[in-house]
Amino acid sequence: MKTLTIQKTALTGNYAVAYATKMAKPHVIAAYPITPQTSIVEKLAEFVEKGELNTSFVNVESEFAAMSVVYGAAMAGARAFTATSSHGLLYMYEATWWTALSRAPVVMAVVTRTIGPPWNIHVEHNDILTLRDAGWIIAMAETVQETFDLTLQAFRIAESAALPTAVGVDGFVLSHSTEPVEMPPQEVVDKYLPPRRPDVPMLLRPGEPVTFGNLPSDNKIHARHKVAAVYEAQQEAKKVISQADEEYGRLTGRRYGGLVEWYRAGDAKHIVVCAGAWCSDAKHAVDYLRARGVPVGLMRIRFVRPFPREEVAKLDQYETAVVYDRDITPMGGILGLEVKAALSRARVVNIVAGIAGVDFDSRHFYETIQNAIDGGYRDLVFVV
Amino acid sequence: MSFRIDQLPKKKYVVPGNAACAGCGMMIGLKILGMALGEEAVLSIPASCAAVVQGLTPKSGVAMPILNVPFASAAAVATGIAEAYRMLGVKGHAVVWAGDGGTADIGFGTVSGAAERNSNIIYVMYDNEAYMNTGIQRSSSTPRAAWTTTTPTGKHERKKDVALLMAMHGVPYVATASIAYPQDFYRKLKRASEIQGFKFIHLHAPCPPGWRYDPAKTVEIAKLAVETGAWILWEYDNGQLKLNPPSTVYVDRAKRKPLKEYLKLQGRFAHLTDNDVKMLEEEIEAKWQTVLALAKAFPQRL
Ligand SMILES: Cc1ncc(C[n+]2csc(CCOP(=O)(O)OP(=O)(O)O)c2C)c(N)n1
Ligand code: SF4
Ligand SMILES: [Mg+2]
Repeated sequence: MKTLTIQKTALTGNYAVAYATKMAKPHVIAAYPITPQTSIVEKLAEFVEKGELNTSFVNVESEFAAMSVVYGAAMAGARAFTATSSHGLLYMYEATWWTALSRAPVVMAVVTRTIGPPWNIHVEHNDILTLRDAGWIIAMAETVQETFDLTLQAFRIAESAALPTAVGVDGFVLSHSTEPVEMPPQEVVDKYLPPRRPDVPMLLRPGEPVTFGNLPSDNKIHARHKVAAVYEAQQEAKKVISQADEEYGRLTGRRYGGLVEWYRAGDAKHIVVCAGAWCSDAKHAVDYLRARGVPVGLMRIRFVRPFPREEVAKLDQYETAVVYDRDITPMGGILGLEVKAALSRARVVNIVAGIAGVDFDSRHFYETIQNAIDGGYRDLVFVV
Repeated sequence: MSFRIDQLPKKKYVVPGNAACAGCGMMIGLKILGMALGEEAVLSIPASCAAVVQGLTPKSGVAMPILNVPFASAAAVATGIAEAYRMLGVKGHAVVWAGDGGTADIGFGTVSGAAERNSNIIYVMYDNEAYMNTGIQRSSSTPRAAWTTTTPTGKHERKKDVALLMAMHGVPYVATASIAYPQDFYRKLKRASEIQGFKFIHLHAPCPPGWRYDPAKTVEIAKLAVETGAWILWEYDNGQLKLNPPSTVYVDRAKRKPLKEYLKLQGRFAHLTDNDVKMLEEEIEAKWQTVLALAKAFPQRL
């Protein structure tokens, strides 16, 4: 019997995306350069040039074209991948909505970056979160290892749920930081990812007249389609995601807990909520505070969509929920607003911080957590 | 290569239930597309009249597989379909059926990108010379002096020549065509389907409500466009540019019908003075000289 070897190596977040995508064997890749995403597609182009990856690599003239190409490919039954950041995501915006409402199972890495002006390439989550109403599944990685694992899982999730899936990779913090990574053997990946079913979301073939997307005879047809694609499909995707996590855990030994990850939350009185790479810093802060007798735990949102409503509802059992947002809207932070909407008892303090790439480390976390617990903040604060 | 209309495929691809206006030129083009490539084509159609004429979902008045796509995206979506088919081993042609607005204006970056990377698609731009679906606004392909709702005294700029721009990308195949010459359009579609890479056909397609004429006159007007020299039939195939009949005859300016015969049937040109007509004639002559110069520059290879 052939022995299967797990490859242990060190990769940047972007290369982790590229290696995972390579192992998923997409039929079509299209992307356009933008910092900090660029090294993903450069690496993939190199795999293709070296003959290590048999894919159609389409060099496009814009992000709008990138999303349109992978959309067309996915509608024709192909496994398709793209990647972008910030202004690139905004430039493809119309096509991202069209893709979601077509139920096209595209996978996209979003290497998160702030939005200008001024031009600034550093981390922030506003870009990926613009997808939150469009019907995309949105995952956020904490580590390079999870970046790798989530990218692989995204193909399975997208194709099983018939929903496009975005994997958030924090710009520079993950994309350009090197961490140890374990890569499963190709045979294991092949087992984990079933072959692409060409009839998801529909069979588009010459000689078989089907029309997708023409005017509705009754607006209710469109309305029902929207409820199914934007809401119901997301609810169904929760099952798909937890199965994808469990099966991955069975095959690789790495399980993350599905939509959220709980950290030292069991006996806590206060809870920290966050998403993305800075959750590692937040966890250090929790450890630090715990060591000083502060009963605090953490819930990491791994999937912003589908929104983990059931898990978030459990936060009502805590006295204080301190929700961190690396994004800003005229109403405050996005996660803060969404978490608050799911709770009725817990006091919610929403801390908008780290936007525009401003440093926010574990010291900032424990100081602000402590202050929030002590009642030093109103319900919304900006730390800039 | 010549064809007899009565020997073309009989299967109908434009069927009852379609929502086109009476006398729609674009619909004549779609019928010919069906005859030529009905069993092989998968269409990407951006926002346009072509999106509307399909009729109402869950039904369709066009019996070909159709993906409706965002306004500016069609060339890229078709590229994705073509690449998917190549990787999956599916035979067929990714065809774009798009208007002048979706091609010459908002989609031009996407079209140019697909041409430059030689994506394996057949792109048909049906040119009704304005944004008809949104109620007759100008496009960059609206001819000079034509009335539209956004050029109420007539357009002040010249018509963008998209076919020539595409030929200058150096793609394998570019042609102009007219719905008044179905055999020519049919042959060009068939020729395009034999070629690997980017193929572009610019189809002149009159529109009764947009051009303000009697719907019975669509073919007559399309024909007059060619006979007056306002629309030139040519073909750029594998590096060679040549005129196609009957435009070959109209190289000789004396053989062309007076431009007025074409203009006077259309309400959109009703406000033109004799001077305006003369100016348009000179512009048309200049276009002829450009096309002839290019035919000389890209001669038939032995
Ligand atoms: C991004 C975007 N902008 C604007 C529109 C509105 N719109 C729909 S069709 C159209 C004009 C289409 O013109 P053309 O491509 O010439 O096709 P025609 O309607 O003339 O057949 C416009 C402006 C749209 N659907 N999408
Ligand atoms: S407006 Fe013109 S192009 Fe549009 S369907 Fe009517 S006739 Fe055809
Ligand atoms: Mg038009």
